[in-house]
Amino acid sequence: MSSARRESAAVRVLRTSIIVITMILACGPVLYGVLLSLRPFASVLNNPLDLVPGLDEISFDAYTAAIRPTSAGGYGLGSFLLNSLILGVATVIVSILVSILGAYATARIRFSGRSVGNAIIVAVYMFPGVVLAVPLFVLLSRAGLTGNLLGLVIVYVALTVPVSLYMLRNYFIALPSSIEDAALIDGCSLMGVIWRIVLPIALPGIAATAMYIFMIAWNEYLYALLFLVQARDLWTAPLGIAQLTDFDTPVTILLAGSIVVTIPVVVLFVFAQRLLISGLAAGAEK
Amino acid sequence: MANAPTVRTARGSRLSRGQRANLHGYLLSAPSYLAIAVVILVPFFAVVVFAFADFRLIDIPRLSLDTIDWTLDNVRGALSSTAFWSALSTTLLYAAFTTVGVIAGGVIVALAMRKPFRGQSVVRALFLVPYVLPVIAAATIWRTMLNPQYGIVNAFGTQVLGWSSPIAFLTTKSAQIGGLTIPVALIVVILFEIWKSAPFTFLFVTARLQNVPAELEDAAAIDGANAGQRLAHIVLPQLRTVVMVLVLLRFIWSFQNFNDIYLLTQGAGGTEVMAVKVFKELTVRADVGSAAAYGLWMTAILLVFGVLWALANRRKEAM
Repeated sequence: MSSARRESAAVRVLRTSIIVITMILACGPVLYGVLLSLRPFASVLNNPLDLVPGLDEISFDAYTAAIRPTSAGGYGLGSFLLNSLILGVATVIVSILVSILGAYATARIRFSGRSVGNAIIVAVYMFPGVVLAVPLFVLLSRAGLTGNLLGLVIVYVALTVPVSLYMLRNYFIALPSSIEDAALIDGCSLMGVIWRIVLPIALPGIAATAMYIFMIAWNEYLYALLFLVQARDLWTAPLGIAQLTDFDTPVTILLAGSIVVTIPVVVLFVFAQRLLISGLAAGAEK
Repeated sequence: MANAPTVRTARGSRLSRGQRANLHGYLLSAPSYLAIAVVILVPFFAVVVFAFADFRLIDIPRLSLDTIDWTLDNVRGALSSTAFWSALSTTLLYAAFTTVGVIAGGVIVALAMRKPFRGQSVVRALFLVPYVLPVIAAATIWRTMLNPQYGIVNAFGTQVLGWSSPIAFLTTKSAQIGGLTIPVALIVVILFEIWKSAPFTFLFVTARLQNVPAELEDAAAIDGANAGQRLAHIVLPQLRTVVMVLVLLRFIWSFQNFNDIYLLTQGAGGTEVMAVKVFKELTVRADVGSAAAYGLWMTAILLVFGVLWALANRRKEAM
């Protein structure tokens, strides 16, 4: 920062207060949720304003009760989390495999009709999910694919392919193609080039895209609600918590569940913040 | 490229380079397009068909193209129902206010965070918490905060601010405050969306700000421009394109938002936006045809904004 630009005291105060207020707004509610989840439900009811739990009050009972299976008197969140994990991982693997090939083709190969494909992808990205949900629900229940995880994986893959294609394509375009050209001239096959050269170089971009897709699948609620609401065993974590909300479940249980659902996302994010941000930026700025 | 001379590859293929590029291009992108076609384009055509069909959920097992009862009732019925128009105006209000709020919030915070300071990267990561938080967790926490019995907002209001009674924020359609009618629940879902999505704008604006050359501002500062002038004449004009794209994208996303509203209010308290209406036509009224018709109108309206977005984007690329 050059000495020519010294900020006045007023600007500094304004800047600092914006940062502090944003910090409180961004983290306050989450902190509130965490603190409440550690207190017994009766004490939350009696003293809503008493935020910090007393040392003797703190308990993780809400967490154990939330996660334990219903057969053991819990709320079955553990199996909901497992369903979400299976869905998320399956979606990421299929979606990434499919879109690496497609993104490489649209980024590197000059084939006729590729700009039409790009336009379709952008258009599809903007179609309202709820409008597609109507026919998808009808067609997949006609095909007997509602009420199981496979149907949901198919939907999630298709919903995430446009996004990951878009992110990966922009990432590939930004990479230099000279090494690939050299390898092609030396007689390496196209799949060989993608496997041996593009993948290693593009790994950070692919990892960022994969995490983004995992978060989409992990958070998804509408299709899970439509497809799985009758099959309690298959509820995903968001669906499970939302359904429990309607059953008068104690709020401490719901909050504990919410925190548990958040933890994998936070872990992913902390590990790869920079990767994710650069990936997101790559997805937006061409 | 198309009229490139035929080349013999090491494997002796006789395809021209252009043909070979076409073949490879199609083969590699086929899975992507297949996925999109099967689960997005086909259903989209199905939505058009259903919108013109007398078709309810119980008819699904007998569904086939030649048993469809064609009708214009769904499409007409949507337009003549007051619920459609109230859902549309709610959606437009919701989309407009969240767009403005999300972008204003993101830009202001990004500008405040521009100057490096100790711990900046930690603070920046913490700002992203509402965006990264799964929507179910965010909605559960907000519902708890606003709960009339044990929520902190109502507890604070009644015990400290002296409210006569707690407010059911998520189910109250409107309240009179100082002679003004305030749509309470709608404001709550708008604030929720701003809180959740402003970090996204913040990310993009921050990325753009890092590319604003420092020399320009330094030169202006030496020439005597104060902080406000530098902001208005140098920094903000550089943000114009990214903000314009974000405005349209955000509007389109907000316009079709279902999760955030449904998880907070389930459409109660005057928050029944188009997406919630489509969902309820399908699940509560079990009327596939009507849901499809609502969805079709919704898509048509969105398409107008999509075209605007494409035009804005094209102009950006041309520059």
